[in-house]
Amino acid sequence: MTPDAEITSDPAKAGHYNLRLYVAGQTPKSLAAISNLKTICEEHLAGMYTIEVIDLLVKPQLAAGDQILAVPTLVRRLPPPIKRIIGNLSDTDRVLVGLDIRSGETPPP
Amino acid sequence: MTEDLAGEAPETLALTKAPTGIKGLDDVTLGGLPKGRPTLLCGAAGCGKTLVAMTFLVNGATQFGETGVFMSFEERAEDLAANVASLGYDVDGLVADKRLVIDHVRIEPAEIEVSGEFDFEPLFVRLGYAIDQVGAKRVVLDTIEALFSGFKDQAVLRAEIRRLFSWLKDRGVTAVITGERGDGQLTRYGIEEYVSDCVILLDNRVYDQVTTRRLRIVKYRGSSHGTNEYPFLIDDRGVSVMPITSAGLQHRISSEIVPTGVPDLDAMFGLGGFYRGSSVLLSGLAGTGKSTFSAWFANAVCNRGERCLYFAFEESPDQIVRNMRSAGIDLQKHVDSGRLLFESARPSLYGLEMHLTRMHRDIVEFKPAAVVVDPISAFRGVQSEIHGTLLRLADICKERGVTAFFTSLSLASDHTSEADRGVSSLMDTWISLTDVEASGERNRVMYVLKARGMSHSNQMREYLLTSSGVRLIEPYVGQEGVLTGAARQAQEARERSEAWERSQAVARRTRELDRRRASIERQIAELRAGLEAEENEFAMLASQEAGREDALTADRAAMAAKRSAAE
Repeated sequence: MTPDAEITSDPAKAGHYNLRLYVAGQTPKSLAAISNLKTICEEHLAGMYTIEVIDLLVKPQLAAGDQILAVPTLVRRLPPPIKRIIGNLSDTDRVLVGLDIRSGETPPP
Repeated sequence: MTEDLAGEAPETLALTKAPTGIKGLDDVTLGGLPKGRPTLLCGAAGCGKTLVAMTFLVNGATQFGETGVFMSFEERAEDLAANVASLGYDVDGLVADKRLVIDHVRIEPAEIEVSGEFDFEPLFVRLGYAIDQVGAKRVVLDTIEALFSGFKDQAVLRAEIRRLFSWLKDRGVTAVITGERGDGQLTRYGIEEYVSDCVILLDNRVYDQVTTRRLRIVKYRGSSHGTNEYPFLIDDRGVSVMPITSAGLQHRISSEIVPTGVPDLDAMFGLGGFYRGSSVLLSGLAGTGKSTFSAWFANAVCNRGERCLYFAFEESPDQIVRNMRSAGIDLQKHVDSGRLLFESARPSLYGLEMHLTRMHRDIVEFKPAAVVVDPISAFRGVQSEIHGTLLRLADICKERGVTAFFTSLSLASDHTSEADRGVSSLMDTWISLTDVEASGERNRVMYVLKARGMSHSNQMREYLLTSSGVRLIEPYVGQEGVLTGAARQAQEARERSEAWERSQAVARRTRELDRRRASIERQIAELRAGLEAEENEFAMLASQEAGREDALTADRAAMAAKRSAAE
């Protein structure tokens, strides 16, 4: 988890996706989730997302603070409402449903 | 009857225990929960799982210097703190002192979308972080089964829960895991199969619209334990379990005598009162002054500087104090000095065993020298249960050398009502109050039915409840039987006049006798005088006769002399 945040566009822009991925250590599941997430974002949200990866082993207090129960957990912080997806994000369709993204479509602001 | 199983359990030396600080539970478990291992606390909704678990943590922090973590999957931290505040626990204070951590794990199934594999590592991270924050030795998970409602994939969840329990063991924390009672198994999702060291089952049963909380140790690996169902109590003084087994009769007894508070009644007992630590039953009809006797007894206890616990099931403390003032007893001063403690409750407030648990707790805490229960007949329920409850209560008192004074309302006019008969064998001393209706009035009469270990008066005594105390009246026992009240007074008057007449008759006879004696003595004197006269006459005749004999002899001699001279 070298990059804590990866900014690919202006976060202030409307329709921007602020995503946070919680993991616990560099487990195969974590690594798979990170790579799956990047692939999905590049494919569907190119230029309009921010990914922040948080390792709970490094910041354990965030597990309680952000009410994280399972890892990996992907949280869509923006646009509202907050959405959560757990798992290694291998099921792309469910990720898209969970993030309210239809393939190729731009979500309503 | 606190269970004493310690002697049978040498293996407890090997297994260290974490005391819960819950009165009774540590007795039943012989020292507490298995230290460093998880314990499952299960039961249906509303039976007190959360409160018992929280008590375990609060007592650990306040009494045993063990900090704790409460991980709640249901209630929010602030709700939890508010809920247990009613038990007198200052959770916020403990949290501020870093002796307790409360972590609320929010589960919102609707928000969660699952895509691919996951695990519950954050739960471990959170718990580990919380434990490290305060160096916790005790952990509560309340109730981890809530996870099942949030996550569909039960296989992962079960594997993770299993891993969590072994992780808790590795961390060496004493954990309490609560679980909701399920159909045919201890918990809804069968997590008891992962917690195998100690399982405690809580129950809240309703019988005849009255609930009784009960607790049972289902299993306790590596330790013996009490196996019965024990009633327990949750109220403003926390949680207490009543460790009851069958009645033990090993208690030490005292031969010291405790006055009854009524001097005249003391006199009816061979040794001048009750034995300390004995059970006394005062049964009587309505309005025979049972409470008054109780109050005098309590008053006497307090006047000796001892403490008395008064369980009132029919009157409020204020009412008793007011009513007894009219009987000449100032109970308020004893209440103020802390020697007299009233515990008032309606019998229907909770079940018999809950009452018993409460009384047990109060007796243990207040450490009275005497206990008054007024009246035991207020308890309603199955006769055998009432009997069992009173038996235990009597034994609790006996075990502690507490003199127990029970009153009982006799229902029918026959002096032994059903309730009395049921408990009479438990009682060492039994005083019966009754009333006698005669001559248009009702008078109170008492007698001592039995007094184990001492002689006692077998007399029926009439008594008066006066403003200066209970006064026993010397009984009238005569040909007419025992008479009371006006009838007794009338009878006494009649007897007095009869006695006067009898004494008059005797005097008359005495005078007559004197007269006769005088007349007979007079006759005797006359006769004696006559006899003397005759005797005098006879003596005179005798002397005359003697004179004549002498003369004749002389004459004869003279004549003979004359004749011989002539021959």
